[in-house]
Amino acid sequence: MSETVTLDVVRRVAELALLELKDDEVVRMQKDLNAILGHIDQLNELDTAGVPPMAQVSEILGGQVEASADALREDLVRPSIDRTAVLREAPEADHRFFKVPKVIER
Amino acid sequence: MNLETLSIDQTRAALTSGETTATALAEVHYARIAQKDGEINSYLSLAKDRALAQAAKIDALAKAGDPLPPLAGVPLGIKDVLTMVGSPATAGSKILEGYHPPYDCTAVAKLEAAGAVLLGKLNCDEFAMGSSNENSAYGPVHNPRALDRVPGGSSGGSAAAVAAGFCVASLGTDTGGSIRQPAAFCGVTGLLPTWGRVSRFGLIAFASSLDRIGPFTRNVKDAATLLGVMAGSDIMDATASHTPVNDYVAESQKPVAGLKIGVPEEYFGEGLDLEIRAAVEKSIADLKAAGCEIKKISLPHTRYAIPTYYVIATAEASSNLSRFDGVRFGLRDKSASTLTGMYRQTRDAGFGAEVKRRILLGTYALSAGYYDAYYKKAQQVRTLLTRDFLSAFADVDAIVTPMTPTPAFKLGEKTDDPVAMYLADVYTVAASLAGICGVSVPCGNTKEGLPIGVQILGRHFDEGMALRVAQAVENAQK
Repeated sequence: MSETVTLDVVRRVAELALLELKDDEVVRMQKDLNAILGHIDQLNELDTAGVPPMAQVSEILGGQVEASADALREDLVRPSIDRTAVLREAPEADHRFFKVPKVIER
Repeated sequence: MNLETLSIDQTRAALTSGETTATALAEVHYARIAQKDGEINSYLSLAKDRALAQAAKIDALAKAGDPLPPLAGVPLGIKDVLTMVGSPATAGSKILEGYHPPYDCTAVAKLEAAGAVLLGKLNCDEFAMGSSNENSAYGPVHNPRALDRVPGGSSGGSAAAVAAGFCVASLGTDTGGSIRQPAAFCGVTGLLPTWGRVSRFGLIAFASSLDRIGPFTRNVKDAATLLGVMAGSDIMDATASHTPVNDYVAESQKPVAGLKIGVPEEYFGEGLDLEIRAAVEKSIADLKAAGCEIKKISLPHTRYAIPTYYVIATAEASSNLSRFDGVRFGLRDKSASTLTGMYRQTRDAGFGAEVKRRILLGTYALSAGYYDAYYKKAQQVRTLLTRDFLSAFADVDAIVTPMTPTPAFKLGEKTDDPVAMYLADVYTVAASLAGICGVSVPCGNTKEGLPIGVQILGRHFDEGMALRVAQAVENAQK
């Protein structure tokens, strides 16, 4: 699993993450990712065959942190955050909508 | 009135007796911040209008002779990853510059409803990513106990503000140690509640399966008081537990004689500073003298906690931080002519190096071909780490460990080496992954005068027990 991260891999991952990295950042990130992944490779020492993956603690505690019906709230209409207050914080808005640059590129 | 030692009880007593008013208390803290925070950089913004309006309400109650709520007039600082109407929420990042959230964080709202006066928002590592508070876009925080040292991270501003007398208590968040480690570095008490104990509504998420909100205080009893106010289910957060909220103050004040305390051998190995080892061993001896039975235990997967943490936390962060794209709040790079260009340029301009590093690492770990090798593997090791704790807690009531491998390090000392920086969390992340609760409590100072902390870990939802043992450690310091 300790495949060395190449500059191309860093660029590809940055594209997936919608990050625009400068050339010097790509070089720096390659060095850092390889160092961190080298450390992470220790996990391969462990045989985890048959061990269930745990995404959050409720999975191992069962009912204590509940995912039961209690966690669902009643289906009632209740006040929500005011749309005007939300749109006020947007970089660009048009009364009811967030405004963004054109989506379709030609 | 000594602002550097004021507790919640003392604040309430001073208000009840008429010795001071909530307004005067808020003003005296603001004056101290104006005078001294220039060299510490703990506050990012002050919420004077909201704080003084709340103080006036408390003063009116006191004047009318009405009963005062439990946190009446207590000046608090809030980490800037938690939302408060009327104040900016930057999360220490340029990408949220100028953003004013239209809702209150549940924990913050509960504290204010209990009478607390919210003074303002505190500096932190960008999106709570860091162990030294050097990753804030608004400059590093300096440790009030030694200005050339870091305060710890990511809740460095929250720890420093309590240590410096800029508030009686504060709120921080802990994802991999971000309450407990800065508490140790600054010589205050920090409480990590069980995952799910305190609602996360209004917390700007870093890694949702790990993030928790908890208090920094001057003593263990104050931490118990604040937890009691904040804990409980919340209609706005389906992951906030319905487990009943206990009387944490009463539990924390019970004697400890007869309790079984586990000491894990894996936490006392190579890399532990000798002065820290001596102070923690002294605390263990104090617990023994108070009637506890000390048992050696083993948490065999401890050495895998850091690599597990950095896969899981970064994977979740890469997902959570995808919402920062320049559309709905904060920064937007307006030079781009296309939507994708705007996303990319906004994120490039808005995120700092550590956040980019973690987003890349998380995206890599989740990407096709690497998911099983990294993310699934880490989740399996997380199960093993949690089983270690569950098995230990079958035999002991609480676990005692060092809080940090070294005292507060110097600003800039580790900034060029991310792996060395990540290893500073060696004693904190296992408890984070397992979801258990813990308390960081001061247990001495180095010869240089730097604070030392000891960590008390408790079972899931047994904060009362962790606080009870922490109280015994604190009592032995007096």
